Amino acid sequence: MAAGAAARDLAREVRITGRRRRLAAFALTLPLLAFLLVFFVLPILGMLRLAVSNTEMAEALPASTRAFRAWTGGGPPPPELVDRFARELVEARAARRLARFAKRLNYERTGYRTLILKTARRLARMEPPFDLATLAAIDRRWAEPAVWAAIRRAAQPWTDLYVLAVLDLARDAEGRIVPVPPERAVYLDILARTFRIALVVTLACLALGYPLAYALAHLPERHANLLMIGVLLPFWTSLLVRTAAWIVILQREGPLNELLRWLGLIDAPLELVFRRPAVYVAMTHVLLPFMVLPVYSVMRTIHPSYVRAALSLGATPWTAFRRVYLPLSLPGVTAGALLVFILALGYYITPALVGGASDQMISYFVAFYTLQTINWGMAAALGSLLLIATLALYLLFARLVGVERLRFG
Amino acid sequence: MKGSPLALGAAALALVVAAAPVEARDLTVVSWGGAYQDAQREAIFEPYMKETGRKLVEDSWNGGIGALRAKAEGPPTWDVIQVEADELVLGCEEGILAPLDWQKLGGREKYLPEAVHECGVGTIVWATVLAYDGDRFGDDPPKSWADFFDTEKYPGKRALRKGPRQALEFALMADGVPLDRIYQVLATPEGIERAFAKLESIKDDLVWWEAGAQPPQLLAAGEVVMTSAYNGRITAANKSEGRNFRIAWEAGYVYQIDSWVILANSDKKEEAMDFIAFASRPDRQAALAALIPYGPTRVDAAELIPTEIVADIPGTPPNKAYGLFFDRDFWVEHVEELTERFNAWAAQ
Repeated sequence: MAAGAAARDLAREVRITGRRRRLAAFALTLPLLAFLLVFFVLPILGMLRLAVSNTEMAEALPASTRAFRAWTGGGPPPPELVDRFARELVEARAARRLARFAKRLNYERTGYRTLILKTARRLARMEPPFDLATLAAIDRRWAEPAVWAAIRRAAQPWTDLYVLAVLDLARDAEGRIVPVPPERAVYLDILARTFRIALVVTLACLALGYPLAYALAHLPERHANLLMIGVLLPFWTSLLVRTAAWIVILQREGPLNELLRWLGLIDAPLELVFRRPAVYVAMTHVLLPFMVLPVYSVMRTIHPSYVRAALSLGATPWTAFRRVYLPLSLPGVTAGALLVFILALGYYITPALVGGASDQMISYFVAFYTLQTINWGMAAALGSLLLIATLALYLLFARLVGVERLRFG
Repeated sequence: MKGSPLALGAAALALVVAAAPVEARDLTVVSWGGAYQDAQREAIFEPYMKETGRKLVEDSWNGGIGALRAKAEGPPTWDVIQVEADELVLGCEEGILAPLDWQKLGGREKYLPEAVHECGVGTIVWATVLAYDGDRFGDDPPKSWADFFDTEKYPGKRALRKGPRQALEFALMADGVPLDRIYQVLATPEGIERAFAKLESIKDDLVWWEAGAQPPQLLAAGEVVMTSAYNGRITAANKSEGRNFRIAWEAGYVYQIDSWVILANSDKKEEAMDFIAFASRPDRQAALAALIPYGPTRVDAAELIPTEIVADIPGTPPNKAYGLFFDRDFWVEHVEELTERFNAWAAQ
């Protein structure tokens, strides 16, 4: 009896200690979790929200916004709605609240920004009440239902404008979803281009990185260290310096063209820079360490006796590599490939500097909308599109390859 | 160092006491840093402090309406800022910039018409120009944007700034549209077609630059035979690297104006206005132009500029007649649509 009780006590104590240890371990990760929450999860949620946020009109014209939400749409708006909207335009102009709403409406159709600003300016010099005829006398677009439908859409609490736009879709005057005209349909193309560039760079990194990692893992320590410094050197150099160096190397009268000409391989200099190949070369250079390091660290753990065993059992060197070494190194390869691919998806500076106008990736357009036109809706929608496409690809990868096959070392 | 601890303590106390009034904020003037702000310091900031006996603190920024919004919503730290046209228009509409007292500035008629705005006064004129390497072409250099698009007469690559802005204006200039009708034409669908068709005619020979430092470098490396460029960069490359780059002013150029503005939340609006009035004096504008090749916005500053410099700057005679004022309203409204269009065109 006593022995049994003692055993139970011991078991309980072990359980408690174990739980305490797990708690302590969890507590140690808390700062990181809090950091991730504040600087990673919340901003991403904020970004997703910005992509559908539609508050510009509510901030500038609160009363009209409520009235437009209540209006069922179709045809011309009722006179009291027109009057309230026009009066509030004048008020908002005086209070300098109109600019962001005018810009928001311009996203519905180019030209509506000046329409709003001009109309408010003219109305300020007139006496209320205002009716549709007054507005139409200022600009005949007010007589068309399209502008009222656009304002009604701008009044809603949420909008699908940006999300549709990055899928090359838009709503027509009747509110149906239609494809945008071909000369403005760019974003799906750019998304496909982004994935294509990331894929080519990943394959190039693999082709260069795998043999290099093999050499690193099998050379004598002294040589391996030297090589390793060579691999890591780009890590310690500024991204901009490396990119600029590639422009110098690849340009028309740069060393590469000189060398090829000296060797007699070409007569006229090749066009290398400001084209897609320059983007591939520069990005591969920048991202190569991210492939080499995980592959190398996995290769280090493959014991040479496995391959020797295969050879002694009669396998040719090629078979021994293919059937034994390659499968053992695969977890490092998948980890490296995933790392390079996902990093490559977000590239911006390198293609902007060494690529041409048709080599820009999605981040370039995110930067365009955030820094140049201050259109947070489009920037957030593009960011969300990239995020969702990447997650979908990752899930597909996890399904096909399995996350447990991933090893960083 | 000799001296008793007591004396040291007294000295420290004296320092603290002397430093205390400095805590009251001085007028803060914000500009674009680098060589440009160095020139401003010499031509404007230091003479201002000397003449008025007032203090002035400098800061630098990289533009962006977001930065202005943030400063306007917080406690006052910036008073006077040099902004580009977009920030002037948007900032004024949003009420984060204060209206100026044009009486103090000497009246609107003293300035270029494009330099006059409710919330801002132009301070410099800068331009995007057609530039080439003078050593490459003998006595028949390119003289027009039509030459830029003529790859038979002038074979080789040429560069434009990536995106539709200025590229479309230059395409229409090359297609024979007079300067005063460029934006009217560009506002129509046919005009946009026409501009893109012109770009299409030399698409394979076009290279697109991203940063203002690139055009001189592209010319220097022989990567392109001619390029659009910011005029200041071309003159600077000639000065600092001994290049022989030339600007074809007569081909036509697009000019923009940077303005002085006052943030609406500034608690030193009077002093800020005095500073802007000082900086806008013709002799100060001419002094700045002598240091860095940007044109004055005051009409009466033009005659004060040394003759050997006047050929290098936009907006004043003899180059005045070739300039097209960059239509900020047109571009604020059309930039997203035309950028999409530009990228669809580039990907074809």
